[in-house]
This record gives sequence, structure tokens and C-alpha cells, in this order.
Amino acid sequence: MSIGASDSRTYPDYALPFWRRALLSREGAIIALLVAVIVWAIYSVPYFGSQLTMTFLLLDIAPILLIALPMTLVIVSGEIDLSVASIVGLSSVLMGVQVEHGVSIPVAGVVALVAGLACGALNGFLVAYVGLPSLAVTIGTLALFRGIAIGVLGTKAITSFPEKWTKLAKDEMGSTGVPVVMIAFVVLAVAFTLLLHFSAFGRGVYDIGLNTEAAEFTGVPVRRTKFMLFVLAGVVSAFAGIYFTLRFTSARGDNATGLELQVIAAVLLGGVSIFGGRGKLLGVIAGVLLIGVISSALRLQGQTINVVNIIIGLLLIASVMSTSVLAWVSDAAARRHNRGERPQLAPTGVGIQER
Amino acid sequence: MTEIQDVDRTPVAVEQAHSELVAPSQLSPGRRAFQTVIRSREMSIGLVLLLVIGAATVKSPSFLFSANSWRDLLLTPSILLLLAAGQCVVVISRNVDLSVGSILGLTAYLTGRLFIDTGLPVLAVVVCGILVGGLLGLINGLLVALGRVPALVITLGTLYIYRGAVLSWAGSNRINASDLPHSFSDLGTQTAASIPILFIVALLVVIGVGYYLHTARGGRELYAIGSDPDAAVLYGLNVRRRVVSAFVLSGALAGLAGVVYAARYGTVSSGAGTGIELQAVAAVVIGGVAIFGGSGTVWGAALGAILLVTINRVLPIVGIPDFWQQALVGALILGAIVLDRLLSQRRARVLIEARDPA
Repeated sequence: MSIGASDSRTYPDYALPFWRRALLSREGAIIALLVAVIVWAIYSVPYFGSQLTMTFLLLDIAPILLIALPMTLVIVSGEIDLSVASIVGLSSVLMGVQVEHGVSIPVAGVVALVAGLACGALNGFLVAYVGLPSLAVTIGTLALFRGIAIGVLGTKAITSFPEKWTKLAKDEMGSTGVPVVMIAFVVLAVAFTLLLHFSAFGRGVYDIGLNTEAAEFTGVPVRRTKFMLFVLAGVVSAFAGIYFTLRFTSARGDNATGLELQVIAAVLLGGVSIFGGRGKLLGVIAGVLLIGVISSALRLQGQTINVVNIIIGLLLIASVMSTSVLAWVSDAAARRHNRGERPQLAPTGVGIQER
Repeated sequence: MTEIQDVDRTPVAVEQAHSELVAPSQLSPGRRAFQTVIRSREMSIGLVLLLVIGAATVKSPSFLFSANSWRDLLLTPSILLLLAAGQCVVVISRNVDLSVGSILGLTAYLTGRLFIDTGLPVLAVVVCGILVGGLLGLINGLLVALGRVPALVITLGTLYIYRGAVLSWAGSNRINASDLPHSFSDLGTQTAASIPILFIVALLVVIGVGYYLHTARGGRELYAIGSDPDAAVLYGLNVRRRVVSAFVLSGALAGLAGVVYAARYGTVSSGAGTGIELQAVAAVVIGGVAIFGGSGTVWGAALGAILLVTINRVLPIVGIPDFWQQALVGALILGAIVLDRLLSQRRARVLIEARDPA
């Protein structure tokens, strides 16, 4: 009997037509929610539809958008990086100190990027080559990098930057209202999408997230891949730090404190599994935009940032709980379907899965 | 895994490592007890702590010997001690609780409001703080255990929610020391036998939690769950109940820490305790509790917490600007986990060598 004799498809996930699959997917749900919120906001929130609102919305969430790209890859590989906001702070301080000593912005920027690369390499080395848990390592480097940033600058703030560059950070393209920084984001987003979804490296990242040992046996260079991911996170965070400095014309040691939790919240909201191996960049970008749109709309309605925080927290919990609830529902359906056959339920633990 | 090259492979050293790790019963009980204590993580952190305090005292004798400074030395770590004890229990069960900072903020503000609005007696307010903290912890625990979702995500969400709640409740209001009754705000400075009351409270909590983890059935089950959740389920342990209770304990201690915060500082704004959750996790990690659960003690976590806070106060005395404190803390955390890895590799190697003699 050949396999082809059976009518059922080999991959049950692909049995449905494309549009139904797209709607049922995690990303589809997030994008639908995003569109619904935007439509609601345009019709019922005054000034939300205006160009100025969109410009500021994009300017505000640009750092999260940028860092969410490498963070997605890191989380898909089953690791986590809590030190990104500290790298933003460190690169911001480095920019400030150099500009104060008369270094030009491009040179200072390159130095900041190299520093970000070094920070990422330290994380990557400790996680990939020494084999330490990334949660513990990056809590340590979160304190270390932030500490260096604050140690270098103290409580001082450097606020004099060449106007040409600070203007560029806030500028929009022509009269479209889209900030210039979005060019950098789109370029990076395309690059990261190609890397994660259309390259052998990216397939390796998913492999590592699903089963590190199996990935090792199928020939994925596990250590090198993990190392590269942390380096990428470091460099992109440093770039976000440069943008942050120029946009707010201020280099301070405590710049972007707490940003790491916002980035991780956005990535998880976008449908990436914290256990690794699952998630798409499209969903993540929609997740970041969703957070941006909700906070912008609520603030225009006169709500404070507190309500926004509560809603982000609720969304985050709802999005991860929905996976369990849906699994439970489909489990129950399958049980009804296969009455008589006892399904084998593997015991699952609670808590952080060991990687 | 990276190999350590400079291993002491002289016969005596191998012999000694062998007798310690493979067949400890060959040693006399006294020597074994001595070695356990000498080689424990708690001992080394304790030594570092003494070293830090010693350095500060040599530099400026008033650090230890003036009454005020002695009181501060014990009083300042009290809040982090409570949080670290709760966090330790959660981390041992292979979870993590990031919401403790927000719970602390909420209960600290609640404490103030209760005194202003209701005039309840001090003891009732303390109980209220603990209960509210425990309730918030219960929410965390139920979401984690029933949703089978990693605690990192859930408590990250509740970190935002609880903080959002206290921000919208308090707004720009703040509790001032003058709003609190004297019998309560005096707690922050009162001492018994020159030991601050709040430190005694924190110490009693740490001893209680330590005793529970060391001897009680529930405590041992938490270690079992942390070392292998799947095995714990197959073994028939009630994993959900234990995990929920670990979160309730962590929440309740964060609630108590909120009350202590109000008593210690008198001034409470809606931002109280922001970011302290990472310090609590850091204290636990420095104290030798493995971040993936199943090992470590609350004594280590407590010493880690005291060390973190003390370093912060010592740095300016020994002439390092205290801006560098955080960098040092980061280096300390990294050093602690690298050290743990090296020690466990050494142990694994000795055990393997004992199993297959070359």
C-alpha cells in the first residue's frame, strides 16, 4: 500500500485553503485585532486619523520596533535577552561622551555600534560557549551594562548634539508623515525576515528552539547560531540607542530603562512562543504596532499611561493563555472525535522550560 | 561544554576530591560536617560580605561602630531580604516572579491609605498588606499553574497590571510621613537590643522560610518540582498546588515588604519599588539558587540580598563613586553563575572518573 493511496494530506495543517489558514493563524488574529483597533480609533478617537498622530506614533515606537526584530530570533531560538535596554543606555551614553569631546556623529555612531557588538558578544559567549542560562546571564549583563552607562556619565545629561542630526532623527520623508527612521526599520525588517524565514540560518534558529539536541545532530551549528543572535541583538540595540539619543537630544545613563520588558511583551504578544521554535516576524511587527496604536489612541482620549500599562499586561496574559485554552478546546474536540481511543497525554510541567 | 585546563591532577588532590564527592561516608562525621560548612556557597558569600564590611570599617571606623550606621547596616537590607526569601521559594520551583516590585508598590500605598482613610490599628494594617499581597500572588500562581504558561510571561504581564493599578489609584498623590501614626512610623527606627525591629521581622521570616524549605514536606516537594517538573508529576506530587502556594508566599512576603517600605521611608509614591524585582532575582542568583530550580537555600539568597545592599553603601566609603554600584552588581551576578558552572563541571568530572576508572 502506497502512501499516495490515502486521500488525506500528509500535513494536516495544510488541508485547509490558504485564506482560512491565514485567518486561523496567530499572526492573522493579531493583524485582525490591529486593523480593528485602528478602524475603531480612526472613527471614535478625535485626531487619531491625523498625520501628526501617525508620525509621533511611529517615532515613539521605533526603538521597540527595531529591537523586537533580533529579539524575535533570540526568543524563537529558545533564549531570552533582558540586557537590550541597558545596551541602548550604554550606546546613548557613548554617543554623548564622544560628541562632548568633539567627535563627529558618524564616527561616534560607529563606536557605539561596535560597543553594542561587544556587549552582544559577551552575552553570546556566556550563553552559547560557556553554556549558562540566558535568563541569568542577561539579568547580570542588564545590571553590568546599565552600571557602566551610569558609571561613565553619573547623573549628568549631555544635551548638545549637532542640529543636522537631531533634526534627521525626527524628520519625515517629504510630506508623507512617515519618519525617516522607518527607512532603517524597513531595511532591517526585510533583512531579518529573509534571515529568519528564507535562509538555512533561520531554519536552524527554529530547529534550536524546538529541540537543541536534535538540531545539533542534524548539523545546525548551535553555538555559532546562538552567538550570532546575541551579537545581532547587541548591534541593533546600539543602533536604537543612537536613534534614542538623537530623537530626544539627550544622552543619559538611565535612558530607555525598562524598555526590555516592553520589547519582550510586544514579541510575545505577536505570537512568538517563549519556549522557542514558534513565531513569525510579521506577527511581532503587528504586535508592536498594536501596543503603539492602543497607547496612542488611549492617550488621545485622555487616558493616562497607567491604563495603557494595564491593557498591555492584560493583552500579554490573554495572548499566552489563549494558546493553552485553544489547545484544551481542540484536545476536548479530538477526544470527542476519537471516542474509544484513549489519547496519550504527556505530562507537562509548569514554569520555565529548561533549554 | 568548555573544559577547564588547569586541573589539579596530583594523586593527593584526586584522592581528596574522590573521597569528598564519591564516597563522603569514608570521612569522619566531624570532618564531613566541617567540609560541608566550609565549602558551602553561604560561607563564601558570608566571607565576601565580611570582607566588604571590613574594608569599609578600616576606611572609616564609623561605618560599623557608630550607632546610626550600625542600625542602617541592618535596616537597609530588610526590604530586599523579604523579597529575596519569597523569590527564592519561587525560583527553587523553577518559576520566577517579576511582579514583586509592583506588589510592593501597591501594598506600600495601600498601607498609607488604610491609615489615612480608616484608622485601623497597626497590626490590622500589617495583616491587610500581607493578605492583599498574598491575593495578588494567588492570581499569579493560578494563571501560571492552570494556564501552563511560563511564569516569566505571566508575571511580566502582572508586573504591568499591578503597577498600572497603583499608578491609576495613587495618581500623583503620595503618602507622607506625617500621615502615618507614630506607633507605625516609629517601627522604622525602633530597635530591640540595638537591632532594628524591621530587621528582626525580616530575619524571622527568612528563618521560617528556611526551616520550611529544609524540613517540611512541602519544601522538599518544591525542590523536587524544581529539579524535574515532569518527574514530579509522575511521582504523584501535587505540582499545581505547590506552585500556587509558592506564588502566594512570594506575594504575601512582597506585601509585607510593602508595609515595611512604608514604615521605613514614610514617604510612598506610586513608583515605590519600581525595578526592585530584578534586584530580588539578582540576590537569589548571587546566593547560589540555580535559576532553573531545584537547588539552593534561602540562607544564600538572604546573604546575597544583604551583600547587594551593603555593597551599595560601602562603595562611596572606599572611594568609588556609587554610580558604579550597578556595574559591580552585574559583574557579581555573572561571576556567581560562572563559578556555579565551573564547580558543577568539576563535580561531574570527578564522578565520571570514579565511575569509569581510566
